[in-house]
Amino acid sequence: MSTPLEHDYIGLSETSSWERSSEKTPSSSSSTPSIEHKTTTDTRLNLKETELRLGLPGSHSPDRKLPLFGKDLECNDKSNGFAVSPLKNLVSGAKRGFSDAIDAPNGKWGFPMNGKSDVDLAKGPVLAISRAVLEGKNNLPAMKEVGAVSLSPKPIQDKKNHVPPANEHSNGPASKAQVVGWPPIRSFRKNTMASNSAKNSDDAVGCLYVKVSMDGAPYLRKVDLKTYKNYMELSSALEKMFSCFSIGQCRSGGLPVRDGFSESRLMDLLHGSEYVLTYEDKDDDWMLIGDVPWEMFIESCTRLRIMKGSEAVGLAPRAMEKCKNQK
Amino acid sequence: MHKKMAFSFPDEVLEHVFSFIQSDKDRNSVSLVCKSWYEIERWCRRKVFVGNCYAVSPRMVIKRFPEFRSIELKGKPHFADFNLVPDGWGGYVFPWIVEMAGAVPWLEEIKLKRMVVTDESLELIAKSFKNFKVLILSSCEGFSTDGLAAIAASCKNLKELDLRDCEVDDLSGHWLSHFPDTYTSLVALNISCLGSDEVSLSALERLVGRCTSLKTLRLNRAVPLDKVANILRRAPQLVEFGTGTYAAELRPDVYSDFAGAFSSCKELKSLSGFWDVVPDYLPAIYPVCSKLTSLNLSYATIQSPELIKLVSHCPNLQRLLVLDYIEDSGLEALASSCKDLQELRVFPSDPFGVEPNVSLTEQGLVAVSSGCPKLQSVLYFCRRMSNEALVTVAKNCPNFTRFRLCIIEPRTADYLTLEPLDVGFGAIVQYCKDLQRLSLSGLLTDRVFEYIGTYAKKLEMLSVAFAGDSDLGLHHVLSGCESLRKLEIRDCPFGDKALLANAAKLETMRSLWMSSCAVSFGACKLLAQKMPRLNVEVIDERGPPDSRPESCSVDKLYIYRTVAGSRFDMPPFVWTMEDDPSLQLS
Repeated sequence: MSTPLEHDYIGLSETSSWERSSEKTPSSSSSTPSIEHKTTTDTRLNLKETELRLGLPGSHSPDRKLPLFGKDLECNDKSNGFAVSPLKNLVSGAKRGFSDAIDAPNGKWGFPMNGKSDVDLAKGPVLAISRAVLEGKNNLPAMKEVGAVSLSPKPIQDKKNHVPPANEHSNGPASKAQVVGWPPIRSFRKNTMASNSAKNSDDAVGCLYVKVSMDGAPYLRKVDLKTYKNYMELSSALEKMFSCFSIGQCRSGGLPVRDGFSESRLMDLLHGSEYVLTYEDKDDDWMLIGDVPWEMFIESCTRLRIMKGSEAVGLAPRAMEKCKNQK
Repeated sequence: MHKKMAFSFPDEVLEHVFSFIQSDKDRNSVSLVCKSWYEIERWCRRKVFVGNCYAVSPRMVIKRFPEFRSIELKGKPHFADFNLVPDGWGGYVFPWIVEMAGAVPWLEEIKLKRMVVTDESLELIAKSFKNFKVLILSSCEGFSTDGLAAIAASCKNLKELDLRDCEVDDLSGHWLSHFPDTYTSLVALNISCLGSDEVSLSALERLVGRCTSLKTLRLNRAVPLDKVANILRRAPQLVEFGTGTYAAELRPDVYSDFAGAFSSCKELKSLSGFWDVVPDYLPAIYPVCSKLTSLNLSYATIQSPELIKLVSHCPNLQRLLVLDYIEDSGLEALASSCKDLQELRVFPSDPFGVEPNVSLTEQGLVAVSSGCPKLQSVLYFCRRMSNEALVTVAKNCPNFTRFRLCIIEPRTADYLTLEPLDVGFGAIVQYCKDLQRLSLSGLLTDRVFEYIGTYAKKLEMLSVAFAGDSDLGLHHVLSGCESLRKLEIRDCPFGDKALLANAAKLETMRSLWMSSCAVSFGACKLLAQKMPRLNVEVIDERGPPDSRPESCSVDKLYIYRTVAGSRFDMPPFVWTMEDDPSLQLS
């Protein structure tokens, strides 16, 4: 597959707010030879790297083989693609968000453009720099531009542009999309802060990790409810997470088998009568998911459980009663 | 023909000499001197430290050190603290407990960090070790108060039960009552992580009352302030105390009760807790402040003026953990009051807000670096930084051993010059020659890694996020940092080349973590093939990595050296070389 096609799949050309990327995209996608030229340059790039010079990437040096386990890098077969890989890797890294949309077997997990994962959004500027580095011979000015003010406010702008739905639910421009695990703060502290701010104001920005257990699965998972906007998103995320536990197909050690999982089978189970999504609320009652509006749900949910349908029989009436009482 | 050394001592003498050597590193060096020293040392090693529970198997440890009494184990990679490691990855302690239960019946101490501890494990500990004394669980999860009840009920000689930052399933508060009435040996109890229903106050009061050697008590948030007085009065010998919630109705009788109980604790050196602080109650602790060496206010939502008043009462403070409510002005006050300060951690009060909510900038850090000559360890969250400030800090504090800076917005440039912060961090590694731990943030190019590789020769742990331009950056670090043990990287454009070119380096390190970088599965397989003493784990929840093109980047990569081979407890989303059928025959 030619590299230019991958560029399109990343959608760098689609998202015009990434100005730097879109500037670069036309030149790279239109000139295949220049990409390949760059990749051969990369081979020499590799060798330059081991000399620990601050030579600008793209400057040439006399040929020198990079020893790798005593063998020369040059003689590795192209299928490993060392020369080609840097660009591809960077390119395909951001591809992830869309590859989910493209590669998902039945398209149920397709992410709309606006719903790009935050990790990918964060990756955008990285790509922009790297491609600038790889493509420009005289990189220093390019890096400076990219590294300057235009870059640092950009993530905020990008996120605002790309996550409008999230902003609808939150308190306007003061909140922004979050990168997983950043800033590096422990859950205990995050949850404490979240409960503090919840007391102080109605819009608690932050995260809300709740445990998810599934009957028959060997371990619990945790999800951050704030990363989902509605029940559908939560449900697809849970399907993905637990689809690797094919019900009843566990090894003797209690660990599930890895191959042959069937997402569609799990969804059948979830949508059918075998499993139901339930949650525990602040009053320690177990309720069926979907009965209350999403905002009310995330405020009262303390824990999730994917329960066998037979055990959930008694839940529905209570949930309805509770709703009636609350109204 | 072997000449007997004129200086050879009987084994017992050597053993006695070795007993003065406590440090793990030194013991390891001792064991390398000669075969007889190896033998003597291994029989008398009492404390075993295993930095990565998968680097070695429990049986191997027991075989080499048959007589150990204390074991410390670490499980998940550090980034698990920030939810980057999916649940179920591993780090189970149970297999270790099982092996030790049979072979090390006189085990006294178990210290675990980032491990999964089940109630079953706790029950087995309670049952198996008759002289069990110390259980320290740091950032662990997987157990409930039922497991704690088993420990309480059976461990008659228990001295320390420390649950720091653990996730405990709340089932009932009555586990404390399982300590028998005859039990009096508690010295340290830290239950600060427990939830609301997990502590029975009357049981706690009785326990504290009869354990007259209790030196450390850290309560959880649910313990109300007006009950603290009762507890403190029963333990005037406390050295370390963590309050519960620090909020109460403003009533003079409650206040004087509380203040009176506090002032009767003449030995207090360390305070923590302070959830939900009502500022009017703060003066109650002023009488003990002059002796305080450690103060953890990192959950206290009090503003700068109160914080300034508080720290100005603590001239002997060595360690301060605080929220950024302290602001630059508070840090300046700290710098002038606390000349013995060695460790400072400033946490963000509003980490997800876009606009700064407090006036805390690089100035506060500069002030502390200038005023506190003994400052060694810093963790600082802020929103802006400059190279100039970092250079100043570096020159002020050449004794830094740990420097962790987190500029909240990724890739933030020097706010004065708009340049990358390479030069600033370069100054840190250049001036602080004993630096062991460094965390980077802000806008950084490959250049900063060149500085690190050149100067940071004592660096053992490096954390990198959203930095660098190319593989050159990673290569600088792997080829230059001679003492590097742990490297964790996220969201950097580092790929296969630097990793493969420095494969041998990875065996000299404990572990390498790379997530959201540019490493291909092909490179991972190649690395695993060539380096049999490394476990190369690809953590990817999207499905089998070979369902994607080989050059597609893996999501997360965790590489660690091991003599135990591949582990048996990998979940479905961890992929190793063994998962590739095409490699089975090679």
